[in-house]
Amino acid sequence: MLVDIVEEIDLQGALKCLGTGSTGGIDIFVGTVRDNANGKKVSRLEFEAYVPMALKEMRAIAARASKIWQLEEVVIQHVVGIRMVGEPVVLTAASAPHRDAAFEACRFLIDELKKTVPIWKKEYYDDGSIWVNAHP
Amino acid sequence: MKILLFGITKDIIGSSQLDLDLPADVNTVGGLKDLLKVRYAGLSALRSLAVAVDNEYAEDGQALSPSAEVALIPPVSGG
Repeated sequence: MLVDIVEEIDLQGALKCLGTGSTGGIDIFVGTVRDNANGKKVSRLEFEAYVPMALKEMRAIAARASKIWQLEEVVIQHVVGIRMVGEPVVLTAASAPHRDAAFEACRFLIDELKKTVPIWKKEYYDDGSIWVNAHP
Repeated sequence: MKILLFGITKDIIGSSQLDLDLPADVNTVGGLKDLLKVRYAGLSALRSLAVAVDNEYAEDGQALSPSAEVALIPPVSGG
């Protein structure tokens, strides 16, 4: 398991961890900064994390995935700070002997991260910024 | 009691940390949330507000201990 809050998404580091001898398939998801949200142009995102709790939650999610699927390795990375359009902000990945588990686990990891990990994203537009999802 | 603040709760309360003198009759997570919502009305307008105690989500009924690390968790938006 490789779980980290990072300065930069490290794809090579992730691949090194994921590619074990028994691995037949690796599935990697990378979330990036999109240039629009709610009909407005987004210039950048800013991420803040409650780091010790975020790491704890990320490890717990990785552990749950490993219980549900037969996995070789799990990687979760998330950045903090400002990221511009097109830049990667999160990486979730799973490796397994066969690809079904890798595909399903990878999806699970990002879906669960978005639900519970204490990380917050601020969207910046031309005319201001908002904390995403803060208000109904 | 020291409360760590994140995301929009930092904007609402005006600091990254709140030092609170806990009234004697506030001794649960739920009681703390109610107190804070009265003092900082903006907290009630949020989609949700959770409290973490020692890096874990805490239920309203959980008792507060003076030595615990407490944090306000507004709606998360990672990933």
